[in-house]
Amino acid sequence: MHFPILSVIVLTPIIAGMIILLVPKDRKNAVRYIALSAASLDLLLSTVVYFSYHISIGGYQFLEKYDWLPQLGISYYVGVDGMNAPLVLLTGIVMFTGVLISWGVDDRPREFFAFLFILASGVFGVFVAQDLFMLFFFYEIAVFPMYLLISIWGWIKTREYAAMKLTLYLFIGSVISLVGGLALYFGSGLNTFDMIQLAQANFSKDFQIFWFPFVFFGFAVLGGIFPFHNWSPDGHVAAPTAVSMFHAGVLMKLGAFAALRVGIMLLPEGAQYWRWLILILALVNVVYGAFIAMVQTDFKYVIGFSSVSHMGLVMLGFATLNKQGLTGSGIQMFSHGVMTALFFAVVGMVYDRAHTREIGELGGLSKKMPWVAVAFIIGGMVSMGMPGFSGFIAEFPIFMGVWQVQPIIAIIASISIVITASYIIRIIGRVFFGPMSAEFDHHIGDVTVKDKLALTLLCIIMITIGVFPSIMSGLVSSGVNHILSLFGGA
Amino acid sequence: MGFVTNNILALILFTPILVAWILLFLPKEQIKLLRWVTLIGSLVPFLLSLYVWLSFNSGTPGFQFETQRIWYGVVGSSFHLGVDGLSLTMVLLTTLLTPIVILASFNITERVKPYMILFMLLETGMLGVFLSLDLLLFFVFWEVGLVPMYFLINQWGSEKGERELWGGKKVSARTYASFKFMIYTMAGSLGLLLAIQMIGVAFQTYDLTQLFTTFPVATQLANIPFKLPLETVKAIAFWAFVIAFAIKVPVWPFHTWLPDAHTEAPTGGSMILAGVLLKLGAYGFLRLVLPLYPQEAHRYAGALAFLAVMGIIFGALAAYGQDDFKRLVAYSSVNHMGFVVLGIAAAAYAAGTDNAILALNGAVLQMFNHGLSAAGMFFLVGVIYERAHTRNLNDFGGLFPLIPVYGGILIFTSMASLGLPGLNGFVSEFLVVRGSWPVFTLFTALSMIGLFFTGAYILKGIKKVLHGPTNEHWVGHITEINVREIVVITPLIVLMLVIGIWPAWILGVINSAMQLLFKG
Repeated sequence: MHFPILSVIVLTPIIAGMIILLVPKDRKNAVRYIALSAASLDLLLSTVVYFSYHISIGGYQFLEKYDWLPQLGISYYVGVDGMNAPLVLLTGIVMFTGVLISWGVDDRPREFFAFLFILASGVFGVFVAQDLFMLFFFYEIAVFPMYLLISIWGWIKTREYAAMKLTLYLFIGSVISLVGGLALYFGSGLNTFDMIQLAQANFSKDFQIFWFPFVFFGFAVLGGIFPFHNWSPDGHVAAPTAVSMFHAGVLMKLGAFAALRVGIMLLPEGAQYWRWLILILALVNVVYGAFIAMVQTDFKYVIGFSSVSHMGLVMLGFATLNKQGLTGSGIQMFSHGVMTALFFAVVGMVYDRAHTREIGELGGLSKKMPWVAVAFIIGGMVSMGMPGFSGFIAEFPIFMGVWQVQPIIAIIASISIVITASYIIRIIGRVFFGPMSAEFDHHIGDVTVKDKLALTLLCIIMITIGVFPSIMSGLVSSGVNHILSLFGGA
Repeated sequence: MGFVTNNILALILFTPILVAWILLFLPKEQIKLLRWVTLIGSLVPFLLSLYVWLSFNSGTPGFQFETQRIWYGVVGSSFHLGVDGLSLTMVLLTTLLTPIVILASFNITERVKPYMILFMLLETGMLGVFLSLDLLLFFVFWEVGLVPMYFLINQWGSEKGERELWGGKKVSARTYASFKFMIYTMAGSLGLLLAIQMIGVAFQTYDLTQLFTTFPVATQLANIPFKLPLETVKAIAFWAFVIAFAIKVPVWPFHTWLPDAHTEAPTGGSMILAGVLLKLGAYGFLRLVLPLYPQEAHRYAGALAFLAVMGIIFGALAAYGQDDFKRLVAYSSVNHMGFVVLGIAAAAYAAGTDNAILALNGAVLQMFNHGLSAAGMFFLVGVIYERAHTRNLNDFGGLFPLIPVYGGILIFTSMASLGLPGLNGFVSEFLVVRGSWPVFTLFTALSMIGLFFTGAYILKGIKKVLHGPTNEHWVGHITEINVREIVVITPLIVLMLVIGIWPAWILGVINSAMQLLFKG
């Protein structure tokens, strides 16, 4: 019996959350330190998983399986392969940095961290789940705390509206995919929710074509696919900083990953049938999202819509169904997660000090908080796909993959690169350079050491992948090989 | 020692990054320390490339000092470096100019640390373009160089001036210039990126040594949209490459970012921009466009030559029309780089002939020479601007008696830029003209008109600054050029003279590279 490392990763946050709830509410620092230690433990363990995965052996590793409800074929079954190992690491990173930059949350920190950690457990659970029922179980755990986190700690102006909108969208999405999931369960005749077995079920082509949209688009709502992306910018903007980080950084990947894991991997022929629709919708995401981001005046909305645009690239890579495209998507999920976590952290730091997010009112902040400015610039480079940073490493294979399917789509999608560059440069110029209004001059100070630590960690990760892509590409492409084998290809 | 000689190109490439890393940990108040660390650090790549230059065997075909490592296997790209006579000349120019520019930037007193770090990153970006033998790696470094340059213009550029945008909104001139620089180059790179992807998808490799042999003779490409004929696709890809590089050179009519960027950049930035960054575009033509697209280059050479001549003539006329000294020098770059493009176009048309080799020799030498003279001119403009805080030519006049040493240096550098026989500019422009004349007689003849105006604007600059009645306002205000500034300009002047009198030491390397690359 090996050390059950994945179970420890999944359960640590929720146990820490329970412990936090038991701490007296006036001992805020105790809450924070418990949160930080749990997050550090998860970051450490997920790093261990990431680096000790044997690429040469491949397949699912660190497997653990316990019967749960054997009569219905439900079991607790977890494992990682090349596709989800980076996402587990990503969640560890976002959790750790999220705790660091939430140090200043002063309104009921106990409940805040408890909910945040329940959310984190759900996210870890979805990423490592090999059992369809368990995947849904953790999926709902991840979505539900979001409602409370946004409506209690969110931006006062829109939090109730945004929380309601987000929750309804995601529940409808998950109900639709649950229907699809049950259809898979009954259709297979195997009496099991085990996804590794379901992948061998040989569903008929008609069955696959009929049920694929339910499963894929139900989950893709959380991935922000057009035209179901509408909840995401509102949700991002209304959420408190750490929740936005989690939300855009990890939760959207949850949707995309589940769409891949359940939709594409279990129903490959359905995926082939519907790929054109996905390609076109994702293309709209990419280009339209970038244009909408360009015209926003609220700093946080710019980032919110840029996530829509970047998640479109992930979906675009999925729809290519070839090696380069899928590898790119895998890296893009990680890279975008780190990048957008950094962006929302920066937005939060700016808002906490300036109390405004209007781009026109901000300016000259690089003098007051140089670390934040540099971190945002590095994030911006990732966002615009500048070579040498992780964004390029992720986007380039996606474009190469799309090029093999339909060059026109690659050409149209590449317009978004210039649009992204223009809005990122605009923000850098307006917010961090240029003149600073006199009122800010007095009360804006630099960020704390913990904030700097979080930003530095995120920046180092993005540059490292940009310079040494093989640190991630080998792992992800081994996962991609497994997916492609389901298509009967190489 | 074995490690150094085996990885010498990688060392040249990454030493600046190492220096930047060291600078990151130095205290930002220690301005002197920061400056000297950067200067000494930037001398290391120069010495290493000097070693490569001396031990380089110019008679051997192919690339030397090659290193190849795994970089990004999934897309078929590797970390592949190597030099031939062409890239080595450019590497030498870059590593030579960087310490000079660092020394010239000793007058920067604000935020010295980020300035020096950006310069070191910029050097790596530029060197990477010249050293890469992998198409994707080439593109990576091509784009990476943009970022530091953007911030150098945007943050350390001239603080005066405003520009009105559409909608009547006003922005500072340096913001405008840096944004324009960024967007122009990125828009150009977009086509390049797509063309590179097309090549990568078709051949599943980005290695240039393989693509040089497989791509030009390819009879079919995978994944062509709309089932376009191969010729059309190749022509589109050719123009995607050409436009990306033409923007950087810049070729008329893609040049309009240049006067703004040059004028607003800090002196060091203008020097490196004119000295090296423009050469990246011309290098792209020589390294990628001509070898990868010989047929298309031949077919469209006439159009390219036409654009080059327009650049030469209009560049000169526009320079003549300027009242801002720095803008005048900026437009002179359009004029001089036109000759590089003319030489390349002639060589593309008459590929393989002796004329082509002559024109290419001229073009490459002109790249090196323009690097020297443009850097020198921008530096001298910077020197006078620092003292007078104006660049308007009409505000000067009769300064020669006040600052005779500066005057002498300015006249010397101007003459090199003008192409006076005995100095470097003459040799390269003569070679270009000699090579192009039999190929594009009319265009070459027209470019002579441009050359005439080159004389006119250079003399105008000298006259307005140095001659005429002394503007009394400056008596006692303008001081003579100081020792540091003389140290900056001396290596440039020496090289201008040496190449003018005895060009064989550098032409030998260039010529054998051109023979090997483009003969037959």
